Amino acid sequence: MTGHDPLAAPRRYAAWLAWGSRVGLVLLAVGFALYLGGVAPQVPIEHLPSLWDRPAAEYLQRTGLKSGWHWASLLHRSDMLVIAGIALLASCSIACLAVVIPVFMRHREHALAWICVAQVVVLAVAASGWLGAAH
Amino acid sequence: MLAEIAANFPWWGWPLALFAVCFLLGIIAVPAGVGGGVLFVPLVSGFFPFHLDFVRGAGLLVALSGALAAGPRLLDGGLANLRLALPLGLVASTSSIAGAMLGLALPTMVVQTALGIAILGIVAIMATVPNSAEPRVGRPDALSAALGMHGIFRAGASGREVAWQAHRTPQGLALFVGIGVLAGLFGLGAGWANLPVLNLVMGVPLKVAAGTSSFILTLVDSSAAWVYLNQGAVLPMIAAPSVIGMMLGARLGARLLYVVPAHAVRKLVLALLLFAGVRALLKGMGIWP
Repeated sequence: MTGHDPLAAPRRYAAWLAWGSRVGLVLLAVGFALYLGGVAPQVPIEHLPSLWDRPAAEYLQRTGLKSGWHWASLLHRSDMLVIAGIALLASCSIACLAVVIPVFMRHREHALAWICVAQVVVLAVAASGWLGAAH
Repeated sequence: MLAEIAANFPWWGWPLALFAVCFLLGIIAVPAGVGGGVLFVPLVSGFFPFHLDFVRGAGLLVALSGALAAGPRLLDGGLANLRLALPLGLVASTSSIAGAMLGLALPTMVVQTALGIAILGIVAIMATVPNSAEPRVGRPDALSAALGMHGIFRAGASGREVAWQAHRTPQGLALFVGIGVLAGLFGLGAGWANLPVLNLVMGVPLKVAAGTSSFILTLVDSSAAWVYLNQGAVLPMIAAPSVIGMMLGARLGARLLYVVPAHAVRKLVLALLLFAGVRALLKGMGIWP
């Protein structure tokens, strides 16, 4: 440990978290407003009542959507823009962790740096879509 | 009777009702000191026509967005401690992936029944386990000392600086494995469990425990939310009004924090959870479909 600013990592993390969550929420709100306005939906709103009481696997099957990152190829669809906003909210911790790793390394807090690396890997694996569920 | 009401309700009324319910839940969640997810999942799965897969996916997002909104201020104010949160968040977010996969693989009725049992267990914990403002900690364990799980915070009323140190880190880590599984399995968030483990088991002062608990949710719920998202269990028409309603309600709730009696709101939340837990259990067992 050196005579470093102990608040450097939390402050940097906080700044990135604030921006990431703000952008994610704006994207979610804009996408939802467009969806409610009927602008280019992937799943038309009027079809939802026959879908929302079915399991997720059946929803995918009946809407032609695929599991994983298929939504990312449909970002011109308003409802998929909502999904993009949600994906951003679920991802912003990855960026926050990545930016504090150099801070921990510089301050010779190697254990915390490696914990951040491991956390990034866990979040990346979760986001990758490799982990399928046998529904 | 619920089926009759549901059949006669216009379809657009459901997302509107969902927004209104989430707004109200947001208002009472803050003064009651709970995250939104623990109220959202049992109530919405019990009384709305949505499949439990979508409700759990939205429940995680409700808890995640609330934690993300609070996270920067908690970190800047020193009430969320990174050194404490990162190791616990790592184990809980890893196990939350397993919980989410399990939840999507099990039959719905099994998850619904288990949800009812879990909610009734949470009511019992919340009603009987007291928190400790500044727990007494003897010697820190080797792990908490090595990871620097200590700090100083300013007590609100007196303004005095209080030094704290975590202990029983291995026990805390083991409990966070279980918390992660439950968070992913039921989409409940995990604040209801994080707080007592940090405060009562690891000896972290209540204020720091509450702030760090909320911050840990940003990690735990992110990984579980990705599993639900990748499996198609996030429906924009359910997730968006839930997140927006809960966040607007929580803003109002934070303002009411100094006006409404927190004790009375907490009792209301316990009563709501008890009702929702019984409903989830009976629905899962097919007694009250």
